[in-house]
This record gives sequence, C-alpha cells and structure tokens, in this order.
Amino acid sequence: MSNPSAAPEPPSPDWNAIARDPAFSVLVRRKLRLVVPATVFFLIYYFALPVGVGWFPELMNRKVWGDANLAYLFALSQFGMAWLLALVYVLAASGWDRAERALLEKFGHGEGH
Amino acid sequence: MTTALFAAAAVQDRTALWMFLAFVAATLVITYFSARRSSGASAYFAAGRRITGWQNGLAVAGDYMSAASFLGIAGMIATNGYDGFMYSVGFLVAYLTVLYIVAEPLRNAGKYTMADVLAYRLRPRPVRAAASVSTLTVSIFYMIAQMVGAGVLVRQLIPGVSYEVAVVGVGVLMVVYVVFGGMLATTWVQIIKAVLLVSGSLFLSVLVLQQYQFDLGRFFSSLTAIESTGPNGEKIVRNFLTPGLVFTNPWDQISLGMALMLGTAGLPHILIRFYTVPDAKTARASVVWAMVIIGLFYIMTTFFGFGAASLLGPDYVLSHGGTNMAAPELARKLGGEVFFAFISAVAFATILAVVAGLTISASTSFAHDFFTNVIHHGKEHRPGEEVLVARITAFAVGALSIIIAIVLGPGVNVAFLVGLAFAVAASANLPVLVFSIFWKRFNTAGAVAGLSTGLVASILLIAVGPDFLKDQALFPLKNPALLSIPIGFAGAILGTLFSKEIPSEDKFTELTVRANTGLGAEKATEH
Repeated sequence: MSNPSAAPEPPSPDWNAIARDPAFSVLVRRKLRLVVPATVFFLIYYFALPVGVGWFPELMNRKVWGDANLAYLFALSQFGMAWLLALVYVLAASGWDRAERALLEKFGHGEGH
Repeated sequence: MTTALFAAAAVQDRTALWMFLAFVAATLVITYFSARRSSGASAYFAAGRRITGWQNGLAVAGDYMSAASFLGIAGMIATNGYDGFMYSVGFLVAYLTVLYIVAEPLRNAGKYTMADVLAYRLRPRPVRAAASVSTLTVSIFYMIAQMVGAGVLVRQLIPGVSYEVAVVGVGVLMVVYVVFGGMLATTWVQIIKAVLLVSGSLFLSVLVLQQYQFDLGRFFSSLTAIESTGPNGEKIVRNFLTPGLVFTNPWDQISLGMALMLGTAGLPHILIRFYTVPDAKTARASVVWAMVIIGLFYIMTTFFGFGAASLLGPDYVLSHGGTNMAAPELARKLGGEVFFAFISAVAFATILAVVAGLTISASTSFAHDFFTNVIHHGKEHRPGEEVLVARITAFAVGALSIIIAIVLGPGVNVAFLVGLAFAVAASANLPVLVFSIFWKRFNTAGAVAGLSTGLVASILLIAVGPDFLKDQALFPLKNPALLSIPIGFAGAILGTLFSKEIPSEDKFTELTVRANTGLGAEKATEH
C-alpha cells in the first residue's frame, strides 16, 4: 500500500550508480529487444492493409471463406494481431518487473520505497 | 396536423430524454461524491492515483470511443461498406504504440501532464509553454468537433431539443463534472459511458446476427449484393465487402493511418489517464483492458454497420437522417422505440463523456504547465492555487467552446477537426515525447522546434488541403500526417542540432532510470 509520509525514501537515489549497474543495462536491452522489432512488425502489418487494398485490389478481393474476402479477413486479423502483441508485451513485462525489483532491492529501494 | 406531428414526436422523444436524464442524474451523484472526497492537487488532477487497471481501461476506452466512431463509422459502413471497417482498424492497432512506447515511461516519470516528462531534463519554461499550446490546440479543436456534433445529433435523436439548447446543455454539464468533480468524477463518467456503449453495441450486434440465425456465412452472403440508388437515380448493386467503394486515393488511407498510429500516443486526454493509476504496472494493465474493449467495440461496429446496409439498405439510411443515424435507425427497426431511445441516449452520453475528458486535459495543462510552471516558475504562491486555476480554466474552456460551437452553427463540417487533433498529436507531441525519453542529445531548442513545426505544419496543410480549398487544394490529402509527421521529427532534430545547448547528462541518466524502473514515481495518495 502507499505510504507517503511515514517512510520517506532515501533522500536522493544515486541514479548514476543504478544506471552503471550491469543489471540495469541488461534490463534496458531486454526491453528494447522486444519493443523495437515488435513496433516495426505491427507498423508493417498495419500499413500492409491500406497498401494492399489500395494497390492490389484483385488480390484483396479474392474470396477466402464463403463470401468473405481477403480484404475483410485481413482487416479482422489486425484485431487478433493487436491483442496477441498486447499479450506478448504483458508476459514479457512481468519478467522485466522481476528484474526491476531485484535491481531496486540491491540499491535499497525495495518494496514500499 | 402539426399538433399531431408534435405529439407523436413528443411521445418518442420522451423515452430517449428520460434515459439520458437518468444518465445525467447518475453522473451528477458521482460528481457530488467525488467533490466531497477529493481534496488536493493529486486528487483533483489524477484522482489520487487510485484508479484500478480495469477501471482506467474502461475510462481510456470511454475517452477514445467518441460519437464519431460509434455513429460515424457505423454510417460509413452502412452506406459504403468495407472502407468504413478499414477505417476503424487503425483505432485499435494504434494502442500498441501507446502500450509499447509511451504508457509506462510516462507514468514513471511524470506527474500530471505530458509536459512533465518533456520538461524533466530540458529547460522547463519554454518546453512547457510550447507543450501547453499544443495540448490546448488539440483539446479545443477536438472539443469543438464534439460540441457541434452533439448539437446536430441531439436535434435528430431527441426531437424538440434545439441545436443551441443541446450545445449549452453539454457544455454546462461537462463544466460541472470537471469543475466540481475533477479527474475522479470525469473517470467515472467515462466508465459508465463505456459500459453503456459496449452493452448497447453488443445488444444491437446480437439482434443483427439473430436475423441471420447467427450464421456468419449467411451474413456475409447478404452483403455481396446491396442495392442502392446511384447519383443519377439509377439502381446500382454493389458488393459491400469490396474495398475502394469510397476511399479512392490510397495515400489518404496511409496518411490517416500514420496520424492514428503516432497520434493516439500523443493525445493529451488519453495520456493524462495514465497518471490516475498507482503505478506503471497498472498503467500497462489499463492499456490492455482498453484494447480488449476498444477492439470488441470496433468489431461490433461492423456488425451493425453491415447490418444496417443489408437490413435497412443505404437508400433508407440516407433518407432517414443520414449516415449518423444508421445505428439508431437499425436499433429502432430491430428493437423498437425503446431500444432506439436507449441507443440515442448512449450516443449523447458518449459525447458528454468525451468532452468532459477533453476539458480536464485542457485545464490541467493550462494550470499545471502554463500557470504554475511557466508563469510562477514551478511554485504555488498559495496552496490550492493550481487546482483553483484549473477550475477557472475548465469554466472558461467550456464557455468558449459553447460560444464557438453556436457561432459555427450546425451546418459546419467538423470532421476535419478530429483529423487535425490526431495530426497535431502525431506531428508535434509524439516526436518530442519519444526523443526526450530515448535521445540523449535532445535539447530544449529541439523540443520547442519540434512542437511548433509539427503544430504549424498540421494546421497549414489542413488549411491548404481539400477540406478548405476543395478542387484548388495545394495539398492533396485530407489528413496532413504523411507530411506533417516528418516535418515534426525534422523540426525536433534540426532544432537540437542547431542549438549549442548540451543537456545535462545526469538528468538524462536519471530520467532513463526513472522511466525504466519506476523509482521515485508519483505515489497514490491516502484516502
């Protein structure tokens, strides 16, 4: 729970010391290893829709499932893609949370800091 | 004859009106209790940072799902098919940018506004002044669009209430929520509205699918031959699953897509929501909740949009109040007058909640960024002054948008204002936000240059675009993002490189550690 006045945190955390800790750069790199490729992927996946519809209409008009065409199913798949990437992020981030807590414990800013 | 007509109108409008008044009454009760509970700046601006993940998720979704998407997209699909659906996809995918790039660093490193993060390691006064101008521009443009939309809709949804009465009513209510209830009341208004909107949409979708015995194959087959009347009065039959029936220039879609992908993560009224939760972890959870709700909502718009196309037909939609009325008219046909009234009341509640969210984001930015930090150098002269200024600003913003909406009148086309809000958010706010978190060399001149070039480029390109100059447009695209986003980024980069200011390395280190670990982040307050 929050505890604003009773347990003041150490006056000023040593930001540089934390930043120099190898565990911190490992954490930052772990984040970037997911964030950068995932961002590139979802941007490409998303813009493939207007590009496909705009410049490859015959392909997108092909019927795939009953009367539903590729254009519709591809648009629908964007929702699945977004939800899937959100799930991936949440799973990865719970790992980051653990690394983050361990790092902060080491510098005396544990839970309830 | 006329009396009979009015009597008939009076019978149907009363249901919608009563339902809407019930919503207003419930939200006013919430405002009353919020006003009694909240004291202090953190309570007023950030609901004490005690909103939970699912609550904030609903509120984010509520802030985002405007009447334009509910009624506008349904109408677009009902009259022109697939393209309306493609339009709605970007609104969800854009939340990946919010989730992956901005939500957690913002929550970890800021206090009440986007500018808190920008000002962290740069010279605060110029940066906050520029950020405040861009925030106010986005909020006020977006708000005027909503207010005009509210006035127009209410005339159709609740006959007997005029445009002016509707605008004043919406304006007064949003001011009451924001002035008295602050962020807590605004959040709960969003939550209730989101629940109403999603349940209304769900029910309408189920009624549509019921017409096809819940057989999606039959549903799609019904869309392959939609009859309507062409421009010269001839009958035309179109396959509504075919793309390109209305969007003929693909570059327009690419430009709009860019505005959505980068703009959503720069919309001030969405960003300030992440300060209402206790920590970055909850901010993350709330984006995921919002994505589930927003995704389901936009998938459902296709059911009732396509449903209106096949069950009512485009001609019927266009002759019964136009595209905006497609969803309510479909509700009337499938669920009777009461359901029509419910959907109408939900649409009105939607507008009301969105304008309240915009008002609080404008007033927070003015009070926190401009008044306290630019004019008063970051110190409150008297306790409670910042909240007082925010309340006065909310009142002024409300009054101003009522006046502008009434002066513009119901006939003005406001669709471009929403596009403009996203374009400014994407071209001015996002580049600067990203650079200040990730680029060590980034400095004050870069931030000010990025914010101002992005803002000016968006406004100028819209002013010389097809919305204003029609055939003589100097810039061919409806949304300026394709060009204004690169301009915003270039402004930020060039501004940085041409300035001799070398920002403090220690401050960048501190921001990086804060953004990545949440150490020293603003905490939730006690009751």
